[in-house]
Amino acid sequence: MELLEQFTRGDSEAFETLFRQFQGEVYGWIVRIVRDPGAAEDLTVETFWRIYRARSRFDPQRGFGPWARRIATNVALEHLRTRRNETTLEDDSPPACLRWSPPDPAVGAELREKVAAAFGKLPVKLRATATLAMIEEAPYGDIAEALGVSIGAVKSRVFRAVRLLRGDLQRMGVEP
Amino acid sequence: MNPSDERIPDLMKRALGPVADAGLKRDLWPRMRARLDRPAIRLPWWDWALAAAIVLCFILFPAAIPAVLYQF
Repeated sequence: MELLEQFTRGDSEAFETLFRQFQGEVYGWIVRIVRDPGAAEDLTVETFWRIYRARSRFDPQRGFGPWARRIATNVALEHLRTRRNETTLEDDSPPACLRWSPPDPAVGAELREKVAAAFGKLPVKLRATATLAMIEEAPYGDIAEALGVSIGAVKSRVFRAVRLLRGDLQRMGVEP
Repeated sequence: MNPSDERIPDLMKRALGPVADAGLKRDLWPRMRARLDRPAIRLPWWDWALAAAIVLCFILFPAAIPAVLYQF
């Protein structure tokens, strides 16, 4: 608690201690949303930069981890929005990040590309929620807290994401 | 719920796969330190004066606003 109070008062050593303690957790959360290790490192630094600037608004009574995760989620969503616009301008192929992690070898390359393309077309908030809930299997409570919404809203977003994905996949000739 | 909806999460997981290693590979503190040490961008006083003059023009001549917006 004393460390958090020192941090809110602008103590740079307290900030460094918190950074070293939480950088791995924040990075791990961001990389699961953006699925790009290089971008996740940059976004982790950006997250802590915003945390540092907002230190006077932090309430030490509340945990540092959930607060950091909330800011990290906003930073990651902004990144996805920016990249989505850039990708739309360039081409329609799925973002490279969606092909980053090792998938099930039983799923063919063509199907994988179609699934990635459909996933890349989802609105950013739905995509982040669906990534965390369906692929990463993060607890709904954690997702809700990080997105600043209720668990019911997370379930609703997952439901909408599934509907959109099904429609897009069917248009591409994939029957889930 | 449509029966195929229940298969979507499984298909997503198999096709895209969870992030295999979400562990941080290196200490990011040196980059954070560099970011903290970077001087904040400061606008010279004449930029502020110019911005204030533009705002003042818009207040005095509001009819100019649509004409300026038309240029964009």
